[in-house]
Amino acid sequence: MTRVSIIGASGYTGGELLRILNDHPEVEIIQATSRSKLGEYIYQTHPNLRKRTQLKFSDPADLESVDVLFLGLPHKQAQHMIEEYANIASRIVDLSGDFRLRDPKVYERWYGEPHVAPEWLSKFIYGLPELHREDLKTANYVSGVGCNATASNLALLPLVQNNLIDPAARVIIELKVGSSEGGVAGNPGSHHPERANVIRTFSTYGHRHTAEVLQEMGLKDVTLTMTSVDLVRGVLATAHAVLKPGVQNKDLWKAYRGAANDNPFLRVVKEQRGVYRVPEPKILSGSNYADLGFDFDPETGHIVSICAIDNLMKGASGSAVQCMNLMLGLDETTGLGFPGLHPI
Amino acid sequence: MSTNCPECEAEITFEEGTEIGEIIVCPDCGVDLEVTSLDPAAVDLAPMEQEDWGE
Repeated sequence: MTRVSIIGASGYTGGELLRILNDHPEVEIIQATSRSKLGEYIYQTHPNLRKRTQLKFSDPADLESVDVLFLGLPHKQAQHMIEEYANIASRIVDLSGDFRLRDPKVYERWYGEPHVAPEWLSKFIYGLPELHREDLKTANYVSGVGCNATASNLALLPLVQNNLIDPAARVIIELKVGSSEGGVAGNPGSHHPERANVIRTFSTYGHRHTAEVLQEMGLKDVTLTMTSVDLVRGVLATAHAVLKPGVQNKDLWKAYRGAANDNPFLRVVKEQRGVYRVPEPKILSGSNYADLGFDFDPETGHIVSICAIDNLMKGASGSAVQCMNLMLGLDETTGLGFPGLHPI
Repeated sequence: MSTNCPECEAEITFEEGTEIGEIIVCPDCGVDLEVTSLDPAAVDLAPMEQEDWGE
């Protein structure tokens, strides 16, 4: 069995890692750390794990050596400790934003301060298997992914990989997001009377996840606009782009079908019958699937590409475990088979 | 016997006993297809009921 530990396990992504890894057939959870919950049972914080584990939160100062270390810390913390963590585990998966961007100058631009361990940025592989599967198989250090960036990147993936959109034209991605994106710590805007029933555009442009889309898609002009909606889990990315002249419906089908065939967690949802004709995050809660859909105006070449995910799964912990599976030479779907619920 | 969907170009394989005029469904894009020929295999798009969801 592969020995794994999770540093910063009391947050939502840490809870999802515990849920997945606790049932993973090839790993054993050695430690789950939390300073604020030290000594408490895991299930007292993550109640869905009651009767599934008797593990208690341990002290991050007392880490044992393991094979894989997951970092579920807030942004800007892991970079201060990366040398120490590398002495504890030969493989690290960091879910924070600390090691997602390759260029230190780009990191400073989007995160507002210099990176404290810039020499480590090039050692990390961006942790989206749909983009870096082969590199992940030999990686020791893997970054997490931004949830909004993941929905955006996967919405654009079939178009960019098949060279179907005009790279000079602006790409605009509208994202509707659930409240769990904000993490476990509350703020005035997440207070229930303020957050419930909202449709609140909280970032018109300039969100940090934009940097991950620019980096991974190789596009020059991308805008992400984010709107809070009344969901706990889920992201819906609606990307607007311009097709190259001559691109037809059949070309788009070929591109989206190819993406789904090449990637076990990508599905094309473009149905002619039933209620669920387009991707919807609602039915993806707890699942690692990303549902893709598209439509276009043949007169203008305007394409609308849609991606739905669970932000805590494909947008965070699910992709992190998928990366671990690849790093360990396992089937990348191991432990990630939950298909979601319907109705929900 | 197989052909391609005129909407999305998915491969359509006729099941045994398929008849001309039968409506089959594309396994990829879900459009209705009318079988117009068995040998060679051929299909045409069949009209589908439009859904406006009342909006």
